[in-house]
Amino acid sequence: MARLTVNGQSRDVDVDSDMPLLWVLRDTLGLMGTKYGCGIAQCGACTVHIDGTPVRACALRVSAAAGKDITTIEGLGSLGALHPVQKAWLELDVPQCGYCQSGMIMAVAALLREKPKPSDAEIDAAITNICRCGTYQRIRAAIHAAAVQRVSGVRLP
Amino acid sequence: MSRGPQLDRRAFLASVAAAGGSLVLGFEIPFGPRSSHASSRSREITAWIVIEPDDAVIIRVAKSEMGQGSFTALPMLVAEELECDWSKVKAEFAPPHENRRRNRVWGNMSTGASRSISASQNDLRRAGATAREMLIAAAAARWNVPGTECAAANSVITHLPSGRTITFGRVAAAAAEVAPPTQVKLKDSKDWKLIGSRQRRFDVADKITGKPIYAIDVRLPNMLYAAIVQCPVFKGTLKSLDERKLAAMKGIHRVVKHQDAVAVVADNWWRAKKAAQALSVTWDFGDNAGVSSAAIREALHAGLSAADARAGRNDGDVERALAHAIKRVEADYEVPFLAHATMEPQNCTAQVTADVVEVWAPTQDGETALAIAADAAGVPPSKVVVHKMMLGCGFGRRGIFQDFVRQAVLIAKEVGQPVKLVWTREEDTRHDFYRPVAAARMTAGLDAGGTLIAWKIRTAGQSIIAAVSPRVMRFGVDRNFLQGLLEDMPYDVPNYLVDFAMRNTHVPVGVWRSVNHSQNAFFKESFIDEMAHAAGAEPYLFRRKLLEKKPRELAVLDAAANRAGWDAPLPPGLFRGIAIHSSQSSICAQVVEAAVAIDGEVRVHRVVSAIDAGHVVNPLTVEMQTESAIVYGLTAALYGEISIKDGQVEQSNFDDYPMLRMAEMPRVETVIVTSGGFWGGVGETPVPPVAPALCNAIFSATGKRIRSLPLKNHDLRNA
Repeated sequence: MARLTVNGQSRDVDVDSDMPLLWVLRDTLGLMGTKYGCGIAQCGACTVHIDGTPVRACALRVSAAAGKDITTIEGLGSLGALHPVQKAWLELDVPQCGYCQSGMIMAVAALLREKPKPSDAEIDAAITNICRCGTYQRIRAAIHAAAVQRVSGVRLP
Repeated sequence: MSRGPQLDRRAFLASVAAAGGSLVLGFEIPFGPRSSHASSRSREITAWIVIEPDDAVIIRVAKSEMGQGSFTALPMLVAEELECDWSKVKAEFAPPHENRRRNRVWGNMSTGASRSISASQNDLRRAGATAREMLIAAAAARWNVPGTECAAANSVITHLPSGRTITFGRVAAAAAEVAPPTQVKLKDSKDWKLIGSRQRRFDVADKITGKPIYAIDVRLPNMLYAAIVQCPVFKGTLKSLDERKLAAMKGIHRVVKHQDAVAVVADNWWRAKKAAQALSVTWDFGDNAGVSSAAIREALHAGLSAADARAGRNDGDVERALAHAIKRVEADYEVPFLAHATMEPQNCTAQVTADVVEVWAPTQDGETALAIAADAAGVPPSKVVVHKMMLGCGFGRRGIFQDFVRQAVLIAKEVGQPVKLVWTREEDTRHDFYRPVAAARMTAGLDAGGTLIAWKIRTAGQSIIAAVSPRVMRFGVDRNFLQGLLEDMPYDVPNYLVDFAMRNTHVPVGVWRSVNHSQNAFFKESFIDEMAHAAGAEPYLFRRKLLEKKPRELAVLDAAANRAGWDAPLPPGLFRGIAIHSSQSSICAQVVEAAVAIDGEVRVHRVVSAIDAGHVVNPLTVEMQTESAIVYGLTAALYGEISIKDGQVEQSNFDDYPMLRMAEMPRVETVIVTSGGFWGGVGETPVPPVAPALCNAIFSATGKRIRSLPLKNHDLRNA
């Protein structure tokens, strides 16, 4: 049994302690936005925030996430209230198949919290997620767009 | 447990919505009740279009969406002729089971070969025009005026003499009762307003908010989870199984044996996966346990000089011309097996009851999924319902074979409950249908002026057709293996011979984005550079000369060279390479700018890609697919290699089968050359040129000619 705080809600889950957080989110809590891609923290499709830090949930035991603040893509923003990163993604038509994009958006949201206006080199270093459709060029442009909105203090709807 | 004969769809929708934690959008569930219930059929204005009283226009999409943008571009073709307000259009997938029931009213659902637009544009534009005429007829009847006095625009019908107007939504119900006109006139391309305009994708909102739109996201009441372990040696079989370790594991429901695999079913996927890996399985590896990449390579190499090759194209007298050549250029090329590595691993959810077999699948061909599910369950196709979901990549992995559908149905049938089967990434990498291994021996003859007078291409490798559809073989030759080297080889060579020595292995092969063009462009465009070098000619101009009789190819080649500034000096350390290749009825030329560092690291800085795909529906899609194809081609060129040892694939995950990432992404510039007049493909065409263009740039940089891929196997240090 573990007590998790997911997207601001307290959730008690009765799962094996070695179960990765990814599968608790998906199979136990039904939060399907966080994706399985590799299971070895290589691709980043499962990126969530734990206490604000981007973490690859496929390689993190649920026991290590207990008591911490977990944010998934479902908690980042919604269609009525998109996060600036999601807004930039929408504006620039970033996704193709879209499967990696939850993880990408979570990784980028964490980067922008740390570095509100990242350089290309900082983006390269921080965003190591895999997108097999190759949306990297649009992702880079969207990161810069989101950064500008943030820096200029624009509150997005 | 008791269940109704069919899943309560409303309950399922509710469960998905709850799982997502937010509202269900119109196109969030791509198999909404509208598309599969007779009630909507009465509101159809042609099978492709439903117009709601509030003017919402629902356009059915028969093809799968795997990132390529068809979910948006195909409705544009309908809407162009329908004259509806594009902002009121929503797309939804036409269900495969309805297609079967309705005598394939939506046509062939197979999604591949970059043909979604070219193969369906005529039907879709006709559907739009037909519906428009039905709507006009309904309005005219209501006003009691001749239809010829009415016109439609932006979802409004106007009676021109009186100026009276009515919206599509208000006459939709009546229009649905109108007999469709037998003939409609399609617009001339110069009158298109929507086709050719940049339109935002329909699927972005769901994809940035984590909506459960993929097969892997499906959740059904009482659903169990399955993980599978397949025989590591292809064509091997299951011999025996020791399940004792599972006794102590929690949540395990059942072990399901397949001929060549074992699945474990549990109450969550993590438990199923752990248990599957804990099983002690004894396999019968069969005859292939000794096969290695070295042996396969040897067989292909022998094929390069074997007598059993079949010709695909034979112009002039190549041997005679070679004998008279002043200069001979010779080189051998080779490429390895490649995996698809779709981001969403293979998976399928199935439910088998006495009355119906239901599957939720990441399928590039819902009709094949339906046939496989029926066969696996042993029921007639009329008892199968297929839910097409958004695909987390396709690349050709999920069209012809759909092994995951068969497995899921077999497991669900045995378990008697809905089951979601998910492959691990390791299973996905090691049980693919790979891009075939291939080799080529190139021999060219130049005359005294450096003009190409003879070109002989011997290829050897594994045939996809031999495995998939042997009857397609023509005169014993798999012409598909020679894609891009047959009549579609654009260079003007008076004496030309290309032939193929088929060398099949036990490794399963299949179509992989751009299929055999992927290797043949590398062979052809690298060797053309070798010829240019041997002739003392500049590679771009050497190509131009050989394309003098091909104005379309020439225009695309020039477009790429001009945008790249082919003649302009580059910063120190940067070098250019060029390539052109036609595939899927379209032409693509690329210029790559790359650097090779002292430590041998190759860095691609910029790729200019020019494409002539004829009519372009959505330029945004063309740009996105170009960027995507270049990443796909570069990943293969730099890293892609599936190798075989002891009959098994050596790679397993993204750590040993790496993908291009953000830090390696070059700047991509797409140049759309709009010649019009035909409908070409886009999704695959920019894949083939990128590897040779890059290798030609590396030659410029280092003087080293790359004749095998991937580049990671080449030592370019201090080059």
